[in-house]
Amino acid sequence: MRHRRALIALLFLSSPLAAQDTTRGVRIGLTYDPGSKPGVIVLPSKGAGTDSIRAIAQRDLDAGDRVGVIVLDAAATSDATRASAPNWAVLAKLGAAAAVQITPTATGFHLAVYNVATRQTALIRDYVAPAMTEMRPWRAALHGLCDDLEESLTGTRGISRTRVLFERGKRIWVVDSDGEQSSPLTEVGTAGSPAWHPSGSMIAYSNLIPSQILVQDLTTGRARTLASGNGVFISPTFTPDGLNVVYGHGVDDGVDIFSIALAGGPGRRLSVGRGTDNVQPTFSADGRHIAFTSGRPGHPEIYTMDADGTNVDLLTPLEFGENAYRASPDWSPDGRSVAFQSRIGGIFQIMTIGLRDRGLKQLTSDGQNEEPSWAPDGRHLVFGSNRGGVKQLWVLDTETGRARQLTRGAAVRNPSWSPRLSSSS
Amino acid sequence: MTRRTAVLSFAVVLAVGGLDACRKKPEPDPVPAASPATDPNAQRRADSIAAANLATRRRADSIAAADAAAAAAKAGDETKRTSAELAQILAQKVYFDYDKDVLRDDARAVLDAKAPILIANGWVSLSVTGHTDERGTAEYNLALGQRRAAQVKRYLESKGVPENRMSTQSMGDSQPVAQGTDEASYQQNRRAEFEFPANGGALVRPKS
Repeated sequence: MRHRRALIALLFLSSPLAAQDTTRGVRIGLTYDPGSKPGVIVLPSKGAGTDSIRAIAQRDLDAGDRVGVIVLDAAATSDATRASAPNWAVLAKLGAAAAVQITPTATGFHLAVYNVATRQTALIRDYVAPAMTEMRPWRAALHGLCDDLEESLTGTRGISRTRVLFERGKRIWVVDSDGEQSSPLTEVGTAGSPAWHPSGSMIAYSNLIPSQILVQDLTTGRARTLASGNGVFISPTFTPDGLNVVYGHGVDDGVDIFSIALAGGPGRRLSVGRGTDNVQPTFSADGRHIAFTSGRPGHPEIYTMDADGTNVDLLTPLEFGENAYRASPDWSPDGRSVAFQSRIGGIFQIMTIGLRDRGLKQLTSDGQNEEPSWAPDGRHLVFGSNRGGVKQLWVLDTETGRARQLTRGAAVRNPSWSPRLSSSS
Repeated sequence: MTRRTAVLSFAVVLAVGGLDACRKKPEPDPVPAASPATDPNAQRRADSIAAANLATRRRADSIAAADAAAAAAKAGDETKRTSAELAQILAQKVYFDYDKDVLRDDARAVLDAKAPILIANGWVSLSVTGHTDERGTAEYNLALGQRRAAQVKRYLESKGVPENRMSTQSMGDSQPVAQGTDEASYQQNRRAEFEFPANGGALVRPKS
């Protein structure tokens, strides 16, 4: 975020607002230098909770990494509430391509977006939201507004209204994409490896004692066992159509990848590992391919196969030596690359490999970094890192390399980023 | 001397007389017993002798019972000691190299000691749990732990332990016994552990 001291009162004039565009989700045609991020000022407004609304909006836009949020100091902000319309000249001088104002209403929020270059109101929209006292759904509605806003400003929808599952203390937890509203979803036990259903309304996870795969409805909180028995049942993931769960299972002869219908039934083996470990399946967005970790070369590497288990192929270039260890693949939402963790110089780092050219990119170098999971925008990754001491979740913008800490407190692991969530999820 | 002391002394004298009567001596000629009806003192003497004899028998019985109990306890202790010693062998952990499920020589030696005990005690079922150190991913470590447990089970099976008396599971890296991040700690955590329900039974030594 860019911080500017300014006389906010000058940002508003007493003239009436210009013509209004009420079309949802359109790109509003901002003009700014190619390769740069458009500067955006979130204007203050009047009403209960406006400080919170403004702070959340600024943070959401900033976390999206597609606009440059220009933050004005607190003292000037109070002066600004006395004015009622943008001062285009001052906004332009501050480097803003757009100004945004979110006002609480009796039924939710009122959004206004101003195009500084054209000196026009570019977008007006009203949003229905629960009362502020219902904190989580109220915040979710505001995050949804911010995602709309980011799409209007940049053409790409934001990821504010998403959540991240993770393990902490042998329980499954969930946290909003801005690091708020962290709470456990399961009782204390031996739960791990959480994964989202494509609808965002359900999760799957594994349990050690007893060994099983469970699915849990997030609306009711009820969990049911999908697969169980001797040996291990680990690393579940949903098929992109949401109809099946694919997971690792093995007893005395290695671990292979199995598939089971969400409705129930017998598990069907997909991989033939012949005594090796085959775990952590992740689907291509079209559901036709699976990337997974396999120990078949003698140490973990990333492989791909068709969704029916055929056409197995080594994805990561085979590395020899004691230190070779590639694992935790996650197929990007755009289908172009797979993120994974690779041991480099004895320390795990996050890397990506291109599906077309097999080009490798190392994305991290600070501390130990593991278990990447893509955001639905295909640009951000969440992963576990000990760069701050205790292992926490961090979010990385893969384009700029900018990282922010998502969780705090006791150690966490195994994050899973949700799809974009709707009001019903 | 109080009256109470006098009574106790009398009783002791009678008791000693009774004990003397138990000693093996030539039987004296029978002396016609004075009729209790005609001699109240004779009745009291006879009752006292009978009471003393009863006390003596009881004491002898209790000594015999105590001796028998001590002998049984000694035997029980020996059984317990043996059972505890064998249980210790069964519980002994085996250790692995990093990212490996191959049984090292030291692990084979530990398992070689377990196999005959398991064969000799057919009622014992064994649960083998594989563990890993913290390095690597949680899921891969769970799979590795399972492979280690399975490897142990296969080896014991090859030594004659029936497959259906053993089960395997993995806890991956979730239950470290050493919290350090050095190789010594990691080595302690790369292990297979063994559990067997007591079921109230005692383990017996294998016949050599």
